[in-house]
Amino acid sequence: MTDSAVIQERSRRRWAYVLLAPSAFWYLALLVLPLIVVLVYSVGERAETGGYQAAFTFDNYLNLGARWTAFQNTLTLAPAGTLICLLAGYPLAYYLAVKASPKTRLFLLILVVVPFWTSFLIRTYAWMFILGGRGLPQLLDYIGIEGVRLINTPLAVLVGIVYGYLPLMVFPIFVSLEKLDKRLLEASEDLGAAPFATFRQVTLPLSAPGVITGCMLVFILLMGEYLIPQMLGGGKVFFIGNALVDLFLQSLNWPFGSACAMALVVIMVVTVTLYLKATRGTGGRDVSLM
Amino acid sequence: MLRGYAAFVYLFLYAPIALIVLFSFNSGNNASDFQGFAFSWYVKAANNKLMLGALKNSLVVAATSATLATVMGTMAALALQGVRGPLRTIFDGLTYVAIMVPGIVIGIATLIALVTTFDAANALIAGIWPGEAPPKLGLGYGSIIAAHTLFAMALVIVIVRARIAGMDRSLIEASADLYADPVATFRQVTLPQLMPGIVAGFLLSFTFSFDDFVIAFFVAGSQQTLPIYVFSSIRRGVTPEINAIGTAVMLFSLTALITAQVLLRRGRKPAG
Repeated sequence: MTDSAVIQERSRRRWAYVLLAPSAFWYLALLVLPLIVVLVYSVGERAETGGYQAAFTFDNYLNLGARWTAFQNTLTLAPAGTLICLLAGYPLAYYLAVKASPKTRLFLLILVVVPFWTSFLIRTYAWMFILGGRGLPQLLDYIGIEGVRLINTPLAVLVGIVYGYLPLMVFPIFVSLEKLDKRLLEASEDLGAAPFATFRQVTLPLSAPGVITGCMLVFILLMGEYLIPQMLGGGKVFFIGNALVDLFLQSLNWPFGSACAMALVVIMVVTVTLYLKATRGTGGRDVSLM
Repeated sequence: MLRGYAAFVYLFLYAPIALIVLFSFNSGNNASDFQGFAFSWYVKAANNKLMLGALKNSLVVAATSATLATVMGTMAALALQGVRGPLRTIFDGLTYVAIMVPGIVIGIATLIALVTTFDAANALIAGIWPGEAPPKLGLGYGSIIAAHTLFAMALVIVIVRARIAGMDRSLIEASADLYADPVATFRQVTLPQLMPGIVAGFLLSFTFSFDDFVIAFFVAGSQQTLPIYVFSSIRRGVTPEINAIGTAVMLFSLTALITAQVLLRRGRKPAG
């Protein structure tokens, strides 16, 4: 390398460091440091007046059972919600990628993705309205089905989950189905395979990366969900997220709250790792949020 | 059959939104009984001082955090092109963590880290402050902006990097061959190609921040953002005024989002 090339390389690297500095600072101060604080607090004690008092104890972790219902609800409704999103979302993604005309495809896709980024709060509130006493139950009442209660049930929470997260499932599946070479489907058909056999042996395996990504994204976000159980579960069906709000903002038990948060993160990391391991070989994971 | 199913899903996705929009024009007071068409709830919302204050806060927070995130995220994405080795691995890992850790955990982590830091800093300031009332650091605008910038920045990094990966390198080489200096090449060749990604990143960051409830709920202190205001109004009871506010908010986010989507797609090269 000539001297000037070395100098150029050095100045290029210096520039890279300068450009990275602000974001590196942000990551350190607002991601790494706060997560370390949560870890430290989780082995601390609750101060008399609430908040944190320095200590080193595992009592908070041993006490996690006190919030068992929240963990149980999250760990049953989050996987159930993910599965329903998959079953409901796959046919739509398939329709968009394979059947819809290329002209309307982009428009139809945008129509699916947009709600996910739009006023989650207000869209969930719409279901409070629909499932509440004067919504659907009243309609059912008119046609003779009486005494149906929908709001504040696990069913209402599941409806809210599917409504809120369906777009996030459809999008990655659409992306992997769109990449699929349509000639493979024709070849399968020409070779006399029944439509269902083509689907099972060609389409489904090739769309596996999208299915894996979609399930992972929905599951991860559901694990930390707060608004849906709060608004549609009405304090009866609550998630870990609701327990965290209670512990941090109402009962001010920060150390126990930190232990719950750590447990949530650990459960997430473990399930996602196991899941990726179990599905390895079925495709990569191109995490895409748009 | 598949077509019918798709139609059903679109109905499921949009009927609740349509219902909110419809009832925002209800002249009656009753939330579930449509009595006639009127703008009265919009007029009421437009005169609601608390709501307007929260809206202003939300706009300031969203604009500031989206700007910070776009500038810092774009800088990082450009720098990461030329960085290899452990630094790049660490950076990619942090971006992944920032996107994957649930908002609620980010919210509480930021809350307790900031409160602890502020307590220590306030004690220090009080110790060395010569006057009567030392300034006090606390939660508010700043903490919401800081926390929103984190997630939004990670988002911008992902979007702009994808854009860089799909960029046509031959143009940059051509520019260099034609003796353009690196700054000119960047300004005239690289930046215009990255622009749709950068603008889309900004708009997504803005909508994320404008829409976020859970992170702001923890770190807002005594400040109110629009989602926090709407949430506490819903707690007090369902009123048609919320429908009017909700309709206006959805219209606003929809515009930003559709722009972002169109930009993201227009700039994308056809899949090969």
